[in-house]
Amino acid sequence: MIQVENLTRYYGHTVGVRSLSFEVPRGEVLGFLGPNGAGKTTTMKMLTCYIPPTSGTARICGFDIVDEPMEVRRRIGYLPEKNPLYKDMCVREYLRYVCELKGVSRNRIKSETDRTIEQCGLEPVPNRLIGSISKGFQQRVGMAQAIINDPELLILDEPTLGLDPKQIIGVRQLIKTLGQTRTIILSSHILPEVSQVCNRIIILNDGELIAIDTPENLRSRIGKSSVLRLTLRNVPGSSKAGEILAGLDGVISIRNGPVDSDKVHLSVESKPGSDPREMIIARLVEERVPILEIRSEELSLEDIFLHLVTGEES
Amino acid sequence: MMQRLAAIYRKELKSHFQSVTAYVTIGIFFIITGYFFVNIFKFYNLLSLQSARDPSIAESLNIIERVMRPLFSNISIVLLLVLPLLTMRLIAEERKQGTFELLLTYPVRDIETVGGKFLATLTTFAVMLAGTLLFPLLLSIFADPEPGPIITGYLGLFLMGCMFISIGIFFSSLTNHQLVAGISTFGVALLFLVIGWASPFVSPAASKVLLQFSLLKHFESFAKGVLDTQDITYYLFTTFFFLFMTLKSIESNRWRS
Repeated sequence: MIQVENLTRYYGHTVGVRSLSFEVPRGEVLGFLGPNGAGKTTTMKMLTCYIPPTSGTARICGFDIVDEPMEVRRRIGYLPEKNPLYKDMCVREYLRYVCELKGVSRNRIKSETDRTIEQCGLEPVPNRLIGSISKGFQQRVGMAQAIINDPELLILDEPTLGLDPKQIIGVRQLIKTLGQTRTIILSSHILPEVSQVCNRIIILNDGELIAIDTPENLRSRIGKSSVLRLTLRNVPGSSKAGEILAGLDGVISIRNGPVDSDKVHLSVESKPGSDPREMIIARLVEERVPILEIRSEELSLEDIFLHLVTGEES
Repeated sequence: MMQRLAAIYRKELKSHFQSVTAYVTIGIFFIITGYFFVNIFKFYNLLSLQSARDPSIAESLNIIERVMRPLFSNISIVLLLVLPLLTMRLIAEERKQGTFELLLTYPVRDIETVGGKFLATLTTFAVMLAGTLLFPLLLSIFADPEPGPIITGYLGLFLMGCMFISIGIFFSSLTNHQLVAGISTFGVALLFLVIGWASPFVSPAASKVLLQFSLLKHFESFAKGVLDTQDITYYLFTTFFFLFMTLKSIESNRWRS
């Protein structure tokens, strides 16, 4: 679906994106992750043929973004970061206009407009001025213009930026639905969002690709071991708990956390693949130390991200 | 090709006639040109009264020479002020709001975008100009002006408008700021209008060149009722030149942005 080869873009002497190469198979939802200025938007602008690459190229549906931009543009839907819209047009009127620009044939314009209005949940506002509807609806209008004429590839630049939590859930749901039938590239710096919605993630930093993998693989790549967090009641026996647990099979190390007046916190690092939870509970019950909480902690995307971008563990 | 150009044309035309700015602009255009017409006509009246006593004045009394020609040159000055107000938002506004970026990722050629916007503004301008046809119509009630010079005069004004609009689109494509676009258009158009004034003070060769650039010089023949291919070519050439420069400016923007 998409083949990116050594895509490079300089802004004067500053690097926007350096020598980016990756492939996206049909039907995948790919997330671009990275701090501000990492090159996410630049890459998207190149893929949509808005700005040309300094060197390298990409092929979308087999068409080169440099040599055949018109063919590429026919096959993509794009939602830019700031979601630019004509505020003085009505929703339906605007979508009709986009239909005409995208070359939807005259007899299909009505049905195409209706379809996108329905699919993006714009039924309550089709005849309102775009400038007068809420930001959540405006974002939906932005999505609607992108999916007009059913493009094979959707490129969404920070689609949930500036929305309230409820609207974010709505837009995410919409992206998930759209992703069932299309290839989607989206960028975000909200990490849980990316791990929820995307099949694969590309992590960019300073214009370079640092990692490309599924969220699970990224986790296991860095998270060599898993960590258990324990909270015990502070009873006379609980001070020895660390020593007792250190002797168990599969436990690598014990770190003593803060001790409150009534609680003791411990973190237990265990070997990958092993799950010493049952043993730990059995041992502590034997020692008559009440367990308040035991929880296995997965490496969050934040940790992976910080690890890859800054090279340090959080 | 035509569907997309037509879509942009319709959208632009609609936004011209939906905005208050366009109505204010057109309204002011009618008020000022009307004011000029009334005064020029009153002066002509005065002359005709005087000619009853002084037959030498009567010889120079010609309604085309004394009313339509001054009116045409006055309208051209008003156009110089008014057309940049219509053209300045064409691309600058879209660039500022970011909608231009989106437009450039649709399967639309730059020439369709520029063509649609140019033709929509030209239509608005044509409506404005058509409104001033009222003045020769009024004249024809009281007198019997020759239609020839009036028709060519209007053709000349139309071509001049084409040129101003193309200069306007060009400057609008260069900047995100409407005001900068408007003022630059006004400045350059004014320079084209007055460049001939310097011709008496430079070498004969340079003077010839300056006159070739002069917008007024090329307008003279139209106002006299003469159609000269050289003059028509002048206006068409400058119009296409600035439209071409607009396309180049949009293209280079992709590299700079």
